[in-house]
Amino acid sequence: MGPLSGQGTIWLALLIAAPLAAALLSVVSGRYARPVALASIALMLSLSGILVTLVAQGPLRIAVGGWSAPLGIALAADGLSAGFVAVTAVVMGIVMLSALPQFAPRGDGETGESRAGYAFWPLAFFLWAALNAIFLSGDLFNLYVALELLTLAAIGLVAIEGKAETIAAALRYALFALFGSLAYLLGAVFLYAAYGTLDMALLAEIAEADGATIAAGALMTAGLAAKTALFPFHAWLPPAHSGAPAPASAILSGLVPKASFYIAVRLWFDVLPGAAGEIMPVVLGALGTLAIVYGSLLAMRQERLKLIVAYSTVAQIGYLFLIFPLAGGSADPQPWAAGAWTGAMFHAFSHAAAKASMFLSAGLFLHAVGHDRIDGLKGIARHMPMTAFAFALASVTLMGLPPSGGFTAKYLLLTASFAGGQEIWSAAMILGGLMAALYLFRPLGRAFSRAGEGAARPAPVSRLLQLAPLALACLSILIGIASAGPYDFLQIGRPVSAEEGLE
Amino acid sequence: MIELLATRAALFGLCGAALIGIGIYGFVAHAHLLRRLVAFNVIGSGIFLLFGATGLRRVAFGADPVPQALIITGIVVAFSATALAVAMITRLAMLSGEARLPEERPGGAPGGER
Repeated sequence: MGPLSGQGTIWLALLIAAPLAAALLSVVSGRYARPVALASIALMLSLSGILVTLVAQGPLRIAVGGWSAPLGIALAADGLSAGFVAVTAVVMGIVMLSALPQFAPRGDGETGESRAGYAFWPLAFFLWAALNAIFLSGDLFNLYVALELLTLAAIGLVAIEGKAETIAAALRYALFALFGSLAYLLGAVFLYAAYGTLDMALLAEIAEADGATIAAGALMTAGLAAKTALFPFHAWLPPAHSGAPAPASAILSGLVPKASFYIAVRLWFDVLPGAAGEIMPVVLGALGTLAIVYGSLLAMRQERLKLIVAYSTVAQIGYLFLIFPLAGGSADPQPWAAGAWTGAMFHAFSHAAAKASMFLSAGLFLHAVGHDRIDGLKGIARHMPMTAFAFALASVTLMGLPPSGGFTAKYLLLTASFAGGQEIWSAAMILGGLMAALYLFRPLGRAFSRAGEGAARPAPVSRLLQLAPLALACLSILIGIASAGPYDFLQIGRPVSAEEGLE
Repeated sequence: MIELLATRAALFGLCGAALIGIGIYGFVAHAHLLRRLVAFNVIGSGIFLLFGATGLRRVAFGADPVPQALIITGIVVAFSATALAVAMITRLAMLSGEARLPEERPGGAPGGER
């Protein structure tokens, strides 16, 4: 398909424009917040579906406004972008539907005008627009702008309740994220100074492995790592993600870190495959391993469910960065690199669904018993069997047990590590799976145990609401059961370096 | 003419680098959030100056307009980030009486990992 094929043009642009319009509309919608949100979610789901069917025929690339690169800014979609857009659409759609009773209650407009309810919809749609812009962007500066929009919307979601602790958490997040943005921007400036363009496809053709390029890549990677909360930049994540309301936490933990990780993957596998060297992949892999161990250890020590889930995100992000040593790191073509690359993407997808499901479940438990200390969860499975089952299913994915998406991801990564003679990374993955089992059995064991004497009766939670975490947990399992389809889809338009490794 | 432009570009670039260094020092050394925010803006200005200087570097007929367009976008982005941060800092100061993060208050709540 040619670079200016008219077919995909409007859909790529609409995927970014529609959520922006929905965000602006929901600022003024007032009492119509519910119909506006419902219509926008339906529109976004269908647009994302159209993108998947278009990309199934081949990768898309358009020059917005008819200006071609390097002057214009390109939008591009291959299997990886469309996969992320689709997962984002499903997770955002389910999470936002489940947020309707909390943030846009039915009935007269007065009750819907709460502070958090007013802010949630615009912020969530801005965040959706930013995510799609990141996944579809073909230009490093455009990525910077989208990344900033994502960060500002995410900070807003953290601070949405306006309490002193959440504002402090949001500001701590802002400090890390703004510093990360500046590092990314400085790297982009270096690349522009060296090559005179920031278009990713053009850069991939002309970039060389000289000092300025490597410094630029290192700066951008450091900035992105701060935004992804890779160890040792993780300190902001647990208070920020556990302090937000459950639907906001689900989006923040499930999707937002994946966007900056996605840019890092694009940067090294698409734009600068020749500049990675021997050391950078190992350093990122080592930080990922430390994140797995440290995040899991801290998750074991938490007494509050939302903090356990948040520290588990710190650990799970570590697996993503194993893509760099496993799918790269040697000048020779590596047959196992494709498996490792796809495995990391499977992990990103199934973690997005599972983590969103866990935060929604935690929110429902919190609603039922009034707090989220795990000691208060004793016997909750009797009262909320659907939610407890959803939490257990999502835990299966995080532990990497078959037949979940997390299992497929770890299987692909483990196979690659043995095939490539890099067994050390497989040790990290197996240890991480065991530790995930340890920290998740603590809340699960209490939830499925018998309630103690004199335990307060939990408040009832509607069945419809309990369906949301269950649907997300089932999705994270389905990614594993039906893994062949997504596997082939991800290979559409995949960069050669993902097949042959970084140099 | 081109040589003159090249030396000016080097001067601007070095000034930008110095601003980035000063800004990073301020960002790391201060606990007060407003000071950190100002430091963030100093780093940003340094990067924009450096960016502008790259546009002057190798074009024979005047400056390259692309960095200018990108700098303006960057300024808008930095401005909105600053506005959001100021709003949150004032809110935090109103609620807690301190424009510092809890873990950085002298003798305040124990910080770090919970």
